[in-house]
Amino acid sequence: MEKSKPRARSRRTEKNWELRLYVAGQTPKSLAAFANLKKICEEHLAGQYHIEVIDLIKKPQLASGDQILAIPTLVRKLPEPIRKIIGDLSDTERVLVGLNLREQK
Amino acid sequence: MAQGKRSKQEIRTLPKSPTGIPGMDEITGGGLPKGRPTLIAGAAGCGKTLFAMEFLVNGAIQYDEPGVFIAFEENAEELAQNVASLGFDLKELVRQKKLIIDYVRVERAEIQETGEYDLDGLFIRLGYAIDTIGAKRVALDTVEVLFSALSNRGILRAELQRLFRWLKDKGVSAVITAERGDGTMTRFGLEEYVADCVILLDHRVNEQMSTRRLRIVKYRGTLHGTNEYPFLITKDGISVLPITSLGLDHKAPAGRVSTGIKELDDMLGGKGYYRGSSILLSGTAGTGKSSLAASFVNAACQRGERCLYFSFEESTEQIIRNMRSIGINLSPHVKKGLLQFHVARPTLYGLEMHLITIHELIKQHEPEIVILDPITDFFAVGSQAEVKAAITRIIDFLKANQITALFTSYTEEDTPNESVVGVSSLIDTWISLRNLENRGERRRGLFVLKSRGMAHSNQIRSFELTDNGIKIGALELVGPRTLLNPA
Repeated sequence: MEKSKPRARSRRTEKNWELRLYVAGQTPKSLAAFANLKKICEEHLAGQYHIEVIDLIKKPQLASGDQILAIPTLVRKLPEPIRKIIGDLSDTERVLVGLNLREQK
Repeated sequence: MAQGKRSKQEIRTLPKSPTGIPGMDEITGGGLPKGRPTLIAGAAGCGKTLFAMEFLVNGAIQYDEPGVFIAFEENAEELAQNVASLGFDLKELVRQKKLIIDYVRVERAEIQETGEYDLDGLFIRLGYAIDTIGAKRVALDTVEVLFSALSNRGILRAELQRLFRWLKDKGVSAVITAERGDGTMTRFGLEEYVADCVILLDHRVNEQMSTRRLRIVKYRGTLHGTNEYPFLITKDGISVLPITSLGLDHKAPAGRVSTGIKELDDMLGGKGYYRGSSILLSGTAGTGKSSLAASFVNAACQRGERCLYFSFEESTEQIIRNMRSIGINLSPHVKKGLLQFHVARPTLYGLEMHLITIHELIKQHEPEIVILDPITDFFAVGSQAEVKAAITRIIDFLKANQITALFTSYTEEDTPNESVVGVSSLIDTWISLRNLENRGERRRGLFVLKSRGMAHSNQIRSFELTDNGIKIGALELVGPRTLLNPA
């Protein structure tokens, strides 16, 4: 386990954030989730993240690999451990906690 | 019960999807509703997963209907191990593309919820699996796990409702398992969403006897048994007991089996009973019913056949001693393992338990001949209708296994006993034993009241228990004929 630190800035050393956003078609929820994610990443992880969007309608076989049930689901592949955040990511605070960019208050 | 007037859809007779579980298809008139979801509710360890798995495996093997098993609790490896002992080779079925096992693992600890979501991921996975192998059957075991993994109950409920609807639209026959709730059928009220068929499994211990039971709570559009049916988990999987309505399609073996008494064989067309038939020996007290049964057993064991003797009144030692007094020595057969006694008071436990015991012992001992001595004792533990139903089930089961069954029945002096009349229609050969009083002497008389499918004697013969066995001879009596045959 890595140490969790309170501020996002301390993460700058990690360099490599690999995020996957699972969606099912261009639904309002999916679009909202992507927009929210993009915004959060730009604010907190600028230049160190990579977002891969997987549309399960096009690639249904990919759902089981990351144990996807809910849509949208954001999976933090790296840094480990894997974390999942489900929903449209509208609650920025919870997303930050979920990504371990901020400790739960 | 059948409620056929709510919509057009329900007026038609519902097509069924056979489970292949012995007994289950009989009580449901052919299986679970085809193309619709069925809810299987029950407490932990009552056999839900096994039921769901058998539905899929039997579907894949026997009915050419591939299946998708969505496992929320165990992974594919664990599931395969659990059912391997029942002879199910899941890996082989998976390899043949007749089965897909998708383990859905959800852990609350690694999931954070933020904002609106739906369960499209699950739908897509399930849909993908169904389309991959052209599945006709689906099992979801146990979908309620979602409630502990995800906190938004409102979304979950709406999504599960949508899921059941979606399964119906897909036209797959689905089995959804659910935990029994506290005072409710399922913990999260899933029965509200599955309107077509709800089956309850139960495992309880009564007076140190553990019994599994199954009840069809509802089955829309179908007449179904409303009883609780005991079921067993045997080495072959689930077996629902009692088998109520095997129907009349038993094979009828043409072979014959000696009664053990030459004169009686002669009375039955010269060859004795039919193999696999049901024989009733009725008579008043002390007419020699058990002796006649014992000679049958003795002759069978001498031929090397296996016999199972259920005694509800006398102990094994008592029977062996009594039979020795008329020259029938049963103890060597017991020692050889050919003859097995099972002694139990009927009042020891309920009818279902007796049925299960009989069923299990027959499966263990694999006898060719079964004796139940006497069946009338069952009336102490159940109403006439219940006992008749139970005996019907025993007879059906024995016939299905082509076991020759001999029942003795105690009748009151001079009154045709209702109990005997109740089951007599199920009996192939009925031999009546009577005490006859004549010229200051009591004599035993025997006659064949009926024997299906053979020319049999209509004479009343004398019947004697001697030191050297049973002697049947001509009966010479003087007096009014009504005395001989009060019936």
